[in-house]
Amino acid sequence: MERAAPRRRNSLFKNISAKIAAIPMAFTALVVFLGGTIWTVVYSFTNSKLLPRLNFVGFDQYTRLWSTPRWLVSVENLAIYGVLSLIFSLVIGFILAVAMDQKIRFENTFRTIFLYPFALSFIVTGLVWQWLLNPDLGVQHIVRSLGYTSFTFDPLYNADIVIYGVLIAGLWQGTGLIMVLMLAGLRGIDEEIWRAARVDGIPTWKTYVFIIIPMMRPVFVTTLVLIGSGIIKVYDLIVAQTGGGPGGASEVPAKYVYDLMFYSQNLGQGFAASTMMLVSVIVIVVPWAYFEFSGRKAR
Amino acid sequence: MTAISSTNTNLGTSTGAEPRGAKPKKAFSRRNIIIYGTLVVAAVYYILPLYVMIVTSLKGMPEIRLGNIFAPPVQITFEPWVKAWSQACTGLNCDGLSRGFWNSVIITVPSVIISIAVASLNGYMLANWRFKGADLFFTILIVGAFIPYQVMLYPMVIILRDLGVYGTLQGLIIVHTVFGMPILTLLFRNYFTALPEELFKAARVDGAGFWNIYFRIMLPISLPIFVVAMIIQITGIWNDFLFGVVFTKPDTYPMTVQLNNIVNSVQGVKEYNVNMAATLITGLVPLIVYFVSGKLFVRGIAAGAVKG
Amino acid sequence: MNTSVSVKDLTLKFGAITVLDKLNLDIGDGEFLVLLGSSGCGKSTLLNCIAGLLEPTDGQIFIKNKNVTWEEPKDRGIGMVFQSYALYPQMTVEKNLSFGLRIAGMAKDEIDRRVARAAEILQIGPLLQRKPAALSGGQRQRVAIGRALVRDVDVFLFDEPLSNLDAKLRSELRVEIKRLHQNLKNTMIYVTHDQIEALTLADRIAIMRGGVIQQLDDPMTIYNEPKNLYVAGFIGSPAMNFFKGEITTAEGRPAFVTNGVTFMLDGYKAKGLLQPGTKAVLGLRPEHITVDGPEAGNTHQAVVEIEEPMGADNLIWLKHAGQSMSVRIGGSRRYRPGTQLRLSYDMGVASLFDAESELRI
Repeated sequence: MERAAPRRRNSLFKNISAKIAAIPMAFTALVVFLGGTIWTVVYSFTNSKLLPRLNFVGFDQYTRLWSTPRWLVSVENLAIYGVLSLIFSLVIGFILAVAMDQKIRFENTFRTIFLYPFALSFIVTGLVWQWLLNPDLGVQHIVRSLGYTSFTFDPLYNADIVIYGVLIAGLWQGTGLIMVLMLAGLRGIDEEIWRAARVDGIPTWKTYVFIIIPMMRPVFVTTLVLIGSGIIKVYDLIVAQTGGGPGGASEVPAKYVYDLMFYSQNLGQGFAASTMMLVSVIVIVVPWAYFEFSGRKAR
Repeated sequence: MTAISSTNTNLGTSTGAEPRGAKPKKAFSRRNIIIYGTLVVAAVYYILPLYVMIVTSLKGMPEIRLGNIFAPPVQITFEPWVKAWSQACTGLNCDGLSRGFWNSVIITVPSVIISIAVASLNGYMLANWRFKGADLFFTILIVGAFIPYQVMLYPMVIILRDLGVYGTLQGLIIVHTVFGMPILTLLFRNYFTALPEELFKAARVDGAGFWNIYFRIMLPISLPIFVVAMIIQITGIWNDFLFGVVFTKPDTYPMTVQLNNIVNSVQGVKEYNVNMAATLITGLVPLIVYFVSGKLFVRGIAAGAVKG
Repeated sequence: MNTSVSVKDLTLKFGAITVLDKLNLDIGDGEFLVLLGSSGCGKSTLLNCIAGLLEPTDGQIFIKNKNVTWEEPKDRGIGMVFQSYALYPQMTVEKNLSFGLRIAGMAKDEIDRRVARAAEILQIGPLLQRKPAALSGGQRQRVAIGRALVRDVDVFLFDEPLSNLDAKLRSELRVEIKRLHQNLKNTMIYVTHDQIEALTLADRIAIMRGGVIQQLDDPMTIYNEPKNLYVAGFIGSPAMNFFKGEITTAEGRPAFVTNGVTFMLDGYKAKGLLQPGTKAVLGLRPEHITVDGPEAGNTHQAVVEIEEPMGADNLIWLKHAGQSMSVRIGGSRRYRPGTQLRLSYDMGVASLFDAESELRI
């Protein structure tokens, strides 16, 4: 017992430099990430307007949120954009990775081309595609000037399809990354698996479908989570490409949150909307984490 | 089986073409056409926007109104670039993108340095000096990487206001350090953990402490990972829009915010050539980083993505 | 003997690097041939060429007298076992065995029959519903062999199949592969860098170096009459003792002298003339040297430096003729460092090489 006391005091000052160095990390983890999240969730149950006030109103903000047309459009857009973006990113990314994996010439050139948009900001991406999809300037204009005068392709000016215009830009920016990840996954597969499949006489496409893709499950799951958590954050792209238009047809939740917090001075609504974003992330990430960790234990 | 193979043999000898060496391949086999066809079509989709921007930014407005945006410029002019740099107007002033460019430089340089310094220390601490609770912070950090920024945006505003740095450069540096921390800490932790532990033990036996080991042993052998971290941070911070618009004032807006204001708020005739020049200038820094760093860029995003 | 696999003038270049150089090799029907060499010698490359997994730059490959140089691996009548097993991880053992057959559209009862037979031969019946991750290394290797077995082929190719296993399992599976060969009597080509595997398994060993076969012979010939200095040094553990010197005559008989020490060459089966004055290398295996034997003819005195008891044997290191040499004796005979002892040699199993051409004299 006598010894226990000095040892305890020692343990507090042990690695004191390490603990001092960890202060920024502790601050970030506890105050910003944990504290900030809890704070926002708590204040989403208040009627804060211009300033945050602890005046609880229960689920009022959420009721109002889910009866606001703009929010409903935002959620619908995010769902369409999210699902299509997931499917196309995975399919295009995988196909490109497979093509890149055929011992082709100019591999580095192709990789450079596919990946450079990823280095650009969403603002730049949004502006570029705003012009390319501009009916008086871009694709529609060109096709019409070739003689097809009735050709119409103006997604950014058509409320029904504007989100697909955003999708084209989003895919342009992000598929290169998916391709690189898939390619790394393909390259990570034991060369001898391919040889064994060839000796067994399994056609290449069947080898991909029945052997390689199942073996790449972890890569697919990782990219899925990556794309998924990226989609929910979509904001800059919309601001630059459509500004939410035409007529609010391309609104997304992240933009709704920002606008309500910093333009409309309706903090409570903003907090409720951002809490809904948090919930949707949890819906994506928790099952993944569960599979990932239970899977690892089995292995 | 036997029947087929024997006819094959006969076929081989009767035609007199005895297989030898590598099987002759057609340069235009169906397989090659499909593979290269796919790649080239995709490459066009990826490269076309950049091409259009470069070409348009070198044209005069009359040519743009008449012609098609895919056509190369008849008369090359650098005037749009000059105008974008020094005269383009946002709602407030007309001194061009140069202001935003320098704002971005002023934001990016210290943010990159400080965020990497903090994160590398975190990684080093987590790899070699773990204490009780350290792993808890790390777990929160990694989970926090998935939380949408929008959730933490307003609390961050309050924190910065309480610290008296809201709207200042220092405030934005803190924001970038905080939100860059999860990915960078993970990057450094994995790197330092992979280093042979004997190195650390030997240094401790030699009497070196926390800071000595970090500066004299770990730093010198970790240059590659610092370069990777720099690539991630330079492109990430330069391309940031959300934090710029929330945590700075119009005077100190970074380039992305200013670009968006120039392009999307101009009244009257849109000067596409100037706008595209402005967009190219904004994309130039990350593009240069990308082309110069090459394989390291790929390694950086792969490290960040796969492990994350 | 009918040839089963025949390699003619096989050359393979990767850019400027020549991996295989005009290589010729005939393998008999039912023969167990081992390709032996250190890494990078081209042995795996040769095997992959035979399998059709690598395209040669020039030359031809015949299997069962059919030119298969341009054939796909599946059409060559071969089965292959890989070093990393290359089992399909998400399929059960049964699916692993049957996958290729199902793709080929074989009738279900025929597939079942073959899988059952392979499972019986390899005793993996109880494992059929397991996945590879749930198998031990040895079991995985058996399944990998099974995958070659169900193909019902004439030629089996093994690419270092045992090198991922620990020493004990390796020797067990070695015996099993030998038993398998005795029962099936298929042609087997086996790549390894382990000389014990080569010596124990092979009907004939091809020792390769730099893409060229150095010697192709049965194990005993390779061991006792290595064709050149490389083969002599490569085979045998501990390695053969080499003495650099020259051929001379002593007492009117051929002899070898090095550092003033003379070895009488009585009983040496020379291939050609033992020309006095030729610079040469004398090779003596540690186990071909007798310690404290009968005092007759060619004997030398030496002093023990180090003793390495290895259980069954005892390896003694001594300084002789100005260099270090090893002698292997029975494990029960002990010699402390410093002990003086008498060495005698059996020149009938010694090797003599020309110092310049490195070829056996």
